[in-house]
Amino acid sequence: MDFDDTPEEAAFRIEARRFLDANATRRKPGQVEAYRRGIDATKVLAGAKDFQRRKCEAGFVGLHWPVDWGGRGGSPIQTIIYNQEESKYDVLSALFNIGVNMSVPTICTWGTPAQKERYVRPCMRGDEIWCQLFSEPGGGSDLAALRTRAEQRGDEWIVNGQKIWNSGAHYADFGILVARSNPDVPKHQGLTYFLLDMKTPGVEVRPIKQISGTSHFNEVFFTDVRIPDSCRLGPVGGGWKVALTTLMNERHGVRDSTGPDADELLRLAQEVDTENGPAIDDPAVQEKIADIYVRSQGLKFTKFRGITALSRGQNPGPESSIIKFVAANKLQEVLSFGLDLIGMAGPEMMPDSPLAGAFEEALLYAPSLRIAGGTDEIMKNIIAERVLGLPQDPRVDKNVPFRDIPGGGRS
Amino acid sequence: MNFDFSEEMLQLRDQARRFLADRCPGAVPRRILDGPDAYAADLWREIAEMGWLGAAIPEEYGGVGLGRLAVCVLAEELGRAVAPVPFSSSVYLATEALMLFGSEDQKQDWLPRLAAGEVIGTFAIAEKPGATVPERLAASVNGGRLTGRKLAVSDGDIADFVIVAAPGDSGVWLHLVDLSAPGVTREIVSTIDPTRSHARLAFSGAAAEPLPGSTTPAAIRTLLDHAAVPMAFEQVGCAQAAMDMANAYAKERFAFGRPIGSFQAIKHRIADMYIQVELARSNAYYGAWAVHTGAAELPIAAAVARIAASEAGWFTTKENIQVHGGMGFTWQMDCQLYYRRAKLLALTLGGAREWKHRLIGELRTRNTTETAAA
Repeated sequence: MDFDDTPEEAAFRIEARRFLDANATRRKPGQVEAYRRGIDATKVLAGAKDFQRRKCEAGFVGLHWPVDWGGRGGSPIQTIIYNQEESKYDVLSALFNIGVNMSVPTICTWGTPAQKERYVRPCMRGDEIWCQLFSEPGGGSDLAALRTRAEQRGDEWIVNGQKIWNSGAHYADFGILVARSNPDVPKHQGLTYFLLDMKTPGVEVRPIKQISGTSHFNEVFFTDVRIPDSCRLGPVGGGWKVALTTLMNERHGVRDSTGPDADELLRLAQEVDTENGPAIDDPAVQEKIADIYVRSQGLKFTKFRGITALSRGQNPGPESSIIKFVAANKLQEVLSFGLDLIGMAGPEMMPDSPLAGAFEEALLYAPSLRIAGGTDEIMKNIIAERVLGLPQDPRVDKNVPFRDIPGGGRS
Repeated sequence: MNFDFSEEMLQLRDQARRFLADRCPGAVPRRILDGPDAYAADLWREIAEMGWLGAAIPEEYGGVGLGRLAVCVLAEELGRAVAPVPFSSSVYLATEALMLFGSEDQKQDWLPRLAAGEVIGTFAIAEKPGATVPERLAASVNGGRLTGRKLAVSDGDIADFVIVAAPGDSGVWLHLVDLSAPGVTREIVSTIDPTRSHARLAFSGAAAEPLPGSTTPAAIRTLLDHAAVPMAFEQVGCAQAAMDMANAYAKERFAFGRPIGSFQAIKHRIADMYIQVELARSNAYYGAWAVHTGAAELPIAAAVARIAASEAGWFTTKENIQVHGGMGFTWQMDCQLYYRRAKLLALTLGGAREWKHRLIGELRTRNTTETAAA
């Protein structure tokens, strides 16, 4: 039992560090990552794209995609090592996650040679940015309940409807879109998957202002949007299976919740006082920080177990399904407790606030982490049903034509 | 990254699991719960014959020399089986104390007999309700004679000898006492878990032999750290078994025309059990790494493993009863075995609250050291 890289892994880590040192700036300890700092992505796109291009040319994009997908043909462990290293730097790779981690594997799995040729390379180089057009006001956790209509007319599809929670749609060049092509069959059977040029007439993007005041995601409206049939990915009516390829890769791409953690709480407790003296000497504070520290360590070592499985050439075990749930919930607990320690000064978000206002800043994005990529409730269903083999809830909409499902066919 | 047990250890685990499924089904702890025996002596003999008691004892002292990781692997399986044997007392505590702090003569004298199961050892520290602080113990040794009283000593009625935490005039903090010697009285006590017997021990001038390596109160903490790691594995095994029991029941029990496991109120509860068990298991692995490599961060790793395992044990065993409803509260169901055992194990080396303060103290020391170094 050890935490060491194998000689090959160590060599790769050095290669990654060398690239990052030459092309990026290290983030200060405890600083919130750039993607979460409320930056306006549209203003930093050029720099982000430039880094992505250099990263791609250096062979760090699609590290473990097969070579014929345009990847490096490396191992999943190399992706983990690269991401571990990159997470210490102030970069905006997150802008390309949907394209690289979701669109590319889906296109490579289901696409025609012409589609692969057209889309994969520009995506990986960062020349073209992708967004995901899946969720709808009436179809989030229950994605297959989506209503956006796609009707075939000759060589074209006419799309009408609305999507929501579309990260980056306001600067994306393309979108992966799932729409209902047949409402007369059960809900999973009537979907078709498309690759949409976001500049197509009839596509309207409206940013959604979030609690944090920034706008990562949007609503996207479609009014008689015409998509050529050559931009259909996979068979007509086969959109659910294609979407599952995307969603499987979304789960692999889910990142850690970054932000203040037990170490930051310890630092904070050494900086501030309670009514009984230094907070760190207060037994109640100590017990709470200990609880959070134990959970952080549990997460860290759960990840290490998953990495070990990858390193041994096995699939990561079911334990990896708990990481997002635990991390996102822990973060809110850390923030609430940290702010409580700061007390009446807690609301201030100033450079000279404790830890430069990191607790306050994270407070305002933390709720999203319990929702994005599968809500807490969906994650627990996945653990219960897929890992523990518990029965599904009875589904009243199974084997019913979509238009007959209550609330499904009519908006 | 190699954060898992080796193939050899995984084979030992599978072998132990099969053996205990066969020799220690629920009827075995239940026999001890319902009957007059203090422990399952037949099972204990077989465990000794297989070499488990000497798993971490080096070969030159009559052990198998597999190291402490092997004890962790076995502990998890014993926890899963709720085995009614004095394994933790004799192996994690008495054997460990001798290996860490015993003289060469003491090791040669006791370790081969511990490995063979010819003697059972245990450890005594608590003296009164409330936190147990090594620096504030009342028992003491003067001129080689121990005076004092110890509470809730696991296997104190069946053990042949006990390692007692008590400062001595020779400057040593751990002493070995033969429990059949004059000046020792034992009183069997009733406890929350009768499948593991306990006694109160009173010493009035009993002969006490110092463990020469235990020259500071920190030695007592070091012993507890070493014991907390395999104990965490035993707790994880028990928690896993309780979760498995709840999961199986939720699939077969029907209400409102459906298996109760199809209701999210139940399935999410079982998912929560799974989350706690996996986090505790990962933290126990951290502890295993620390004892195995002799890492300086053992006090942190042991505390983390201990706290997570205690919480997972409590949560899974109480919620297992809840998932079973009224049946879960009956004597006839095995839910009680896990519920009793999980709480017992969570108290034996000190409760989670004590370990949390210990953890923060260690983290502060580490951070100060790191700051000073930087």
